[in-house]
Amino acid sequence: MSLDKDQVQHIAMLARLKLADGEFAQTVEKLSRIVDFVDQLGQAKTDGVVPMAHPLHATQRLRPDQVVEVDDRDHIQQNAPLTENGLYLVPKVIE
Amino acid sequence: MSQDLHTQTLTQLSAGLDRGDFSSVELTEALLGRIETHGQSLNAFVTVTAEQALAAAKRADEARAAGNAGVLSGLPLAHKDIFCTRDILTTCGSRMLEDFISPYDATVVRRLADAGAVVLGKTNMDEFAMGSSNETSYFGPVRNPWDLQCSPGGSSGGSAAAVAARLTPAATGTDTGGSIRQPAALTGTVGLKPTYGRVSRYGMIAFASSLDQAGVITRSSADAALLLGVMAGFDERDSTSIEHPVPDYCASLSGSLKGLRVGIVRQHFDEGLDDKCAAVVKESLQVLESQGAILSEVDLPNLDLSVPTYYVVAPAECSSNLSRFDGVRFGHRAADPEDLLDLYCRSRGEGFGEEVKRRIMTGTYVLSAGYYDAYYLKAQQVRHLIADDFHKAFAEVDVIAGPTSPTPAFRLGDKIDDPITMYLNDIYTIGANLAGLPGISTPCGFVDDLPVGLHLVGPHWGEETILRCAHNYEQASAWHEACPEEYR
Repeated sequence: MSLDKDQVQHIAMLARLKLADGEFAQTVEKLSRIVDFVDQLGQAKTDGVVPMAHPLHATQRLRPDQVVEVDDRDHIQQNAPLTENGLYLVPKVIE
Repeated sequence: MSQDLHTQTLTQLSAGLDRGDFSSVELTEALLGRIETHGQSLNAFVTVTAEQALAAAKRADEARAAGNAGVLSGLPLAHKDIFCTRDILTTCGSRMLEDFISPYDATVVRRLADAGAVVLGKTNMDEFAMGSSNETSYFGPVRNPWDLQCSPGGSSGGSAAAVAARLTPAATGTDTGGSIRQPAALTGTVGLKPTYGRVSRYGMIAFASSLDQAGVITRSSADAALLLGVMAGFDERDSTSIEHPVPDYCASLSGSLKGLRVGIVRQHFDEGLDDKCAAVVKESLQVLESQGAILSEVDLPNLDLSVPTYYVVAPAECSSNLSRFDGVRFGHRAADPEDLLDLYCRSRGEGFGEEVKRRIMTGTYVLSAGYYDAYYLKAQQVRHLIADDFHKAFAEVDVIAGPTSPTPAFRLGDKIDDPITMYLNDIYTIGANLAGLPGISTPCGFVDDLPVGLHLVGPHWGEETILRCAHNYEQASAWHEACPEEYR
């Protein structure tokens, strides 16, 4: 297998994903198969080919830095799991 | 009379409303009744918005009576549950967004509503549009109306099944690697993916931003043209939206196919394509020829590399896009987190399903230090080669025609355990996403009583040409009129 358990553990941590114990073995196996599959790209001759980031080669459009949206905080925060006085609450970060 | 309203296309319904044969309220009630009867066994809808639909239908009837009817006044449709709808649940097929009520409308939703459309509900889909069978949905798989044991394809499987079963005359969809065209092919409906940048992505929950594009699933190309005319156009809220004039797509249908240069891709009929599907698709190409099209062979030499390229580029973009789901501002939050890291990891681990986690991890891997050049940069280079292959082909032909999918609908459960087999479903459709090209799938016959799709791809901004080609084919073949017996 192209990936081992430690590598997958590392990738999961980078992606901030906790895998359940039962999920782990099959994740290693299936991710390895995907990596093996995309490895065939290595055979393509791409010397001097410019990487393509946008299908129409367009560049990112910029807009003037002006306030255009109305303040809709209360409405938006109705989706938040935990808020107080308009702030999002998370577990204590600084001891 | 009202018993057969579900059999009509948008174009027919629009004429009926104009004549006053029926009201939008009557039409909406009839379709809500069908959703009530069939919706559950197909699992095509996540949310049915009966109350809002009837209110919108009433407003449309009043507007029509006052002489203020819009292009779509009173015409019903459904939205794939990836489009944000203000004050209505938007789940994206995920536990992560099980309770998410969007504070705003997607541009697609707003434009269709402004034109008078009536929204019947939100359709089921593969989780975050990652899947080709609708089996990755947190809300369970959708079933194919042609055979309830089969998948309707994905990821816009709910939209396709709902249109095929005549629960709605049209539905929106999104297509990142084939997610409109493949389910359309597998359910005997018409699926249109426009040019990248043609339709706004604002409010369409992002999967792979350089590939995602909104489109429609309908019963005919004429209906697809009608809806595209409303949905298309520049939107300053989408930074990848392109300023390009919107033509009259309905008017583009009327020309003939005389002299249209249709390219047949040599590699499409190699191994991998089901023999019976190949025969059906070849027959449809002869129909185009009999209508005046000139057939010739073209090469897409890097076709085989399109699926591996896609499965680097799309997961890389997905891992970045889905990092916004952190359990803090919206979406699922794990109970009793020990600290912030535990909150992130468990919220995401619990909120995302298997396939989504696999793609996030694939993307994280190909973007990580030491692997970026070998995978991500390499895939972007191969993407350029694939796009160049298309541009060379379009120097010789106006349209590329071939199969949409290598097989007809497969049985639920058959491919879900093998990601690679599932991914190879999209071999004929992925190229159009990598190159940003418009594509359409229209029904072209049956194999073992299951529908098969003809796939037409055009150059950038070539929607008029592929719509005209598909429309002419539909007039000659009428496969798009076929309906599964139980849903007639």
